[in-house]
Amino acid sequence: MASTLNPTEPQARKLDTAKVRQARNTGVILILLSVLVAYVFAFGTSGDATFRLSRPNDPWAVPNLVVPAMAFSYIAAAVLAFLGARQFVRGGVRWTGLSMGFGLLLAVAAFLVWATAGKSFSLTGMLQATVVRAVPIALGGLAGVLSERVAVVNIAIEGMLLAGAFTGALVGSLLGGYVGLIAAVAVGGLFGFILAALVITYRVDQIIAGVVLNLFVLGVTSYVSSQVYQEHRFLNDAPVFRPVDIPFLSDIPVIGPMLFQQNIFVYGAFIMVCIATYYLFHTRSGLRARAVGEHPQAADTLGINVYRTRYINVTVAGMVAGFGGAWFTLGSVGRFDEGMTHGLGYIGLAAMIVGRWHPFGALMAALVFGFADSMQQKLALLQTPIPSEFLAMSPYIATIILVAGLIGRARAPAADGQAYIKE
Amino acid sequence: MEVELRNITKRFGEVVANDGINLTIRGGEVLGLLGENGAGKSTLMNVLSGLYSADDGEILIDGKLVDFQGPGDSIAAGIGMVHQHFMLIPVFTVAENVILGVEPTGKVDYLDLKKARTQVREINEKYGLEVDPDELIENLPVGIQQRVEIIKVLFRSANVIIFDEPTAVLTPQEVIEFFEIVKTLRDAGKAIVFITHKLHEILDISDRIRVLRRGKIVGEGDPITITKTELAEMMVGRPVSFDVVKEPFAPGKVLLDIEDLTVLRENDDVAVDGIDLKIRSGEVVGVAGVQGNGQSALIEALTGLTRVAGGTVRFMDKDITRASTRARHRMGFAHIPEDRHRMGMITKFTIAENMVLDTYYDARFSKRRVMNWPKVYENSARVAADYDVRMTSVHDTAGHLSGGNQQKMVVARELSRETKFLIAAQPTRGLDVGSIEYIHSRIINARDTGDGVLFVSSEIDEIMALSDRIVVMFEGRIVAEFDATTETPDKNTIGLAMAGAVA
Amino acid sequence: MNEQTEKFSEKLLQRAAPGRVEFEDMVVVPLFAVIVALILGAFAMLATDVDLATIGRSYIALVVGSVGSVSAISETLTAATPLVLASLGMAVGFRAGLFNIGAEGQLLIGGMAAVVVGFNFAGMPAYFHLPLALLAGAIAGGLYAGIAGWLRAATGAHEVISTIMLNLMSYLLVDYILSLPVVQREGRADPISKSVLDSAELPRLLEWIDPNLRLHSGLFVMLAAVAFVYWLLFKTTFGFEFRASGANPEAARYAGMRSGLIIVIVMAFAGAMAGLAGANQTLGVLGRATPGFSAGIGFDAIAIALLGRSHPVGVLMAGLLFGALEAGGRQMQVDAGVSVDLIAIIQALIIVFIAAPLLVRKIFPWGFQKKARAGKE
Repeated sequence: MASTLNPTEPQARKLDTAKVRQARNTGVILILLSVLVAYVFAFGTSGDATFRLSRPNDPWAVPNLVVPAMAFSYIAAAVLAFLGARQFVRGGVRWTGLSMGFGLLLAVAAFLVWATAGKSFSLTGMLQATVVRAVPIALGGLAGVLSERVAVVNIAIEGMLLAGAFTGALVGSLLGGYVGLIAAVAVGGLFGFILAALVITYRVDQIIAGVVLNLFVLGVTSYVSSQVYQEHRFLNDAPVFRPVDIPFLSDIPVIGPMLFQQNIFVYGAFIMVCIATYYLFHTRSGLRARAVGEHPQAADTLGINVYRTRYINVTVAGMVAGFGGAWFTLGSVGRFDEGMTHGLGYIGLAAMIVGRWHPFGALMAALVFGFADSMQQKLALLQTPIPSEFLAMSPYIATIILVAGLIGRARAPAADGQAYIKE
Repeated sequence: MEVELRNITKRFGEVVANDGINLTIRGGEVLGLLGENGAGKSTLMNVLSGLYSADDGEILIDGKLVDFQGPGDSIAAGIGMVHQHFMLIPVFTVAENVILGVEPTGKVDYLDLKKARTQVREINEKYGLEVDPDELIENLPVGIQQRVEIIKVLFRSANVIIFDEPTAVLTPQEVIEFFEIVKTLRDAGKAIVFITHKLHEILDISDRIRVLRRGKIVGEGDPITITKTELAEMMVGRPVSFDVVKEPFAPGKVLLDIEDLTVLRENDDVAVDGIDLKIRSGEVVGVAGVQGNGQSALIEALTGLTRVAGGTVRFMDKDITRASTRARHRMGFAHIPEDRHRMGMITKFTIAENMVLDTYYDARFSKRRVMNWPKVYENSARVAADYDVRMTSVHDTAGHLSGGNQQKMVVARELSRETKFLIAAQPTRGLDVGSIEYIHSRIINARDTGDGVLFVSSEIDEIMALSDRIVVMFEGRIVAEFDATTETPDKNTIGLAMAGAVA
Repeated sequence: MNEQTEKFSEKLLQRAAPGRVEFEDMVVVPLFAVIVALILGAFAMLATDVDLATIGRSYIALVVGSVGSVSAISETLTAATPLVLASLGMAVGFRAGLFNIGAEGQLLIGGMAAVVVGFNFAGMPAYFHLPLALLAGAIAGGLYAGIAGWLRAATGAHEVISTIMLNLMSYLLVDYILSLPVVQREGRADPISKSVLDSAELPRLLEWIDPNLRLHSGLFVMLAAVAFVYWLLFKTTFGFEFRASGANPEAARYAGMRSGLIIVIVMAFAGAMAGLAGANQTLGVLGRATPGFSAGIGFDAIAIALLGRSHPVGVLMAGLLFGALEAGGRQMQVDAGVSVDLIAIIQALIIVFIAAPLLVRKIFPWGFQKKARAGKE
């Protein structure tokens, strides 16, 4: 077919291709970043930025990373300018994505160095917080992957997280952490099942069903909080799962605290991502699930029960989100507050899109959001000239930029969002 | 193996799609099932493949009564179906598509793709199909995709294979290859059901013919003795003339002048590759070609729906390469899009609203952005009557119309105003003979009154009947051109060009 | 054209009388939805250890607090006004196939802008100051929503995600604005804006009965908006384009409508209505801005647009119902000690049932087949 034609073969006319346009846009963005780095981060900045890599009682101490702020920023600006100019002039079709990624990384690094100039700052602590904060987003994103792979759009992740958080706290307060965790998973699964029933059996529009479930969960949890918890505080006082060190691995500098000195939610998230990947891409049920998401009618003609497959996957997605929800209470503060998920479920949905509907992709995207979130927390302590409100916006802005920038290249399951009506 | 259908009846609401049908299917023979679009052929076969359950009647396999609860039961009973719209998942590989539903598995539900590949290769060799099990479906041409469908059916050890309009998307050469495969399967003892509305094909391949009309078996025939005319009359229920009456060819000056037009797909693949074409007024230029060779992109570029990557388009000596769809519309472009449901109409809107879908801005229907609805209604009713759109009220939703009437509605909207240039893409796809005749006559009428017409179809017969000039598109280029006014071009030559054999 | 087709076309112009199905959809389903939601709400109260007598008292309080007195009706209308305004924008978005979850943020930004205009320009006459403040609210809300519209049109970023992010950002943005010296009330450390000047306040309507009645002239803005949106959607070519793009974007594009532009316009319009709702709150009810003054109106607006089937008149009705629930809910909290959050549960349940007519039909099969008359009487 058309693939036998080579669009780059030398032709008299110059084609206005999408790739060239994209490369040019990338070039412009990189040059603007370079200007920003040079003028804001480098100009008039002095002192060294000190990043602490290990903590006082770590078994193997690693020296601090000391970066001269102004020099680093100027170098970063120069590299950015070079990359940008190259994209713009040459229309470097081959390196567009890579240049952009590297450029953004440099700009973030320059920002960090600028904010830390003349001070010191625990990089390891920030990375550890990154992983912790990524957990609910990754689990939300994973729940999204599981349900959208069978073509059910799951806006209700936010509500499922909230329900998990609420149930975890309530049952955890009464019967202990593990029972609370199981209950949170069960209630998440229940809401998954309700969503499935609404959109599959009762054919409610998927987005509407999701939004309504969110409103419902918000209503119920807020009602119980204000109606019951005010008087009976013991119902909202659950034990918290403490971090568990993994022998030997937890002693590795930087990596150890980041990955191996965490609580069961972090380990659970990693394990679930691995299991989900195996399930979706290496098992019979996974193949069938993806078939249902891509072309339900084809699956149906081959004797695959489309409705049942969707029910099961969406329910499991709910359970994953319920587990993620329990993180908010059992995994961090032990008590439930109204609306405490703060839209992380929606960010999880964005992580799923940015991660191209792949469990590992969602996890990676969640780590980016987690990084933005923990960075703003740490920077607020460093007293940068940027108002804390704007720092706090960074995860949201990152979401918008990533979703806007990557959406064209990501491909959703073909039947995503559509009801399947069997004649 | 013998399958017997007894008194099968299937209703959709008030419509009786199958009305007491009796049919026998035997191993080692090809049963041709002939009928118009909407005659109930596909419904019947969907009943047999377990996708629909019949309201009445029974199915017997080798004399034993069976009851299909779903497609799984039918597959287990050895019945396989190749659907008109392929049931393949574009982002899956051939092997994954083939095994879906009957996957070889290892421990922990592990998907044994290695075994699947071997099995696909075995079937490949046995029937000479030659398909790479690791290729993604979306990268395969339609002809090969159809072979994947056949492998799917064989993989499930089907003894009865139903082909629903299998040649609609194939080039004439691919049809010949396909018939060879069908014969191999028949000689291997499989029972084949071949569903079509194409008379010559059914005569070529069938051992036995049954004709379906309005849900009933209305006739049968022996392919050796029966003639096309007899079959056609049985199928439509009245004598049919395949000739289109048109005025003598009297072309005017050049209306549309396309020069070196290049259009890219979203992924930067070349869809239209430097096409030169002139269309004069009073002329029908037929574009023949297998689907996916750039026809859709050409139309989108001509109607201003997609960005042109290179070249120019001039209309009445004016450069319109970058003109908007609306601007072209104002200049007198009319467009019957290839997929009426997706592009040509809004099923949830009323007929009146659909009738002004692209003319609502016209001074007749709105002034300073305020709609004049009474005028719209009145005009719609008049045009509908004029164009024989059968309906009860202009306030009905358009989704309730039959396919033929929906298409007539689209044609009526596009042609009931001052037009200069008509683009008609697959305007008769999926319609009954009566509607096809009517739409053909309207297109010819536009040509006779001086419009230039660009007519795109994948049916060679239709192209040959209507066109004054025929161009063949292959891989984004025009690979052959025929003048149909002086002599009738050879169908085989066109077919070869469609397959890229002339270049 | 001959005479016969002339006659034939006359017949084609007749409209069919609205059938039973429409009636069931418009009247019976919403009615049942409200009833079931109230019953389930009672179960929720039972589950949280509220006794039967209190449940009875709370539902009585709900009715009394919403329509039981002049002051109750005033409260209902006051609560309904911003809900209807924001929801109208949402309805236009739905009609155009856009799911704008961002009304909450647009409302905050709009209300904030109205406040800023409202406490500046001392000495400006009211007939100029008030419209200017309202306009500022609408424009700010429109621009804020326009970002999401532009992102969708230019990059394909889904508006559900971008509007949610813009919502989350709007809370922080308002916090920041309230901390600015030019906005923050003098001598206060907490985030609270200066007071809106009298000349920019929406005048109260019922002060001649009782100075405590809060109903204000935003009501007229709201009613005018209902009429305007009806006209816009059904009588103008804009509305035709919006509805066509929503029902079948591909067909709209083929008909020469510019989808990208329509998305931006619709989002901006929805944002403007939400902004107006925000201005209505700050200029008519609160007189100043504080963090989170939107109080969930933007989310309720989604529910109201769904309940009102994205039709301006339906939105008005649904908005009045929700306004009544809000006003009654406050009374319920006072009289029966049941948390006002119960109302959120009832509202969510109403929407579930409205959105799932199949579910309602399953619960009440007798309501839909033979008892056609019972509903009509």
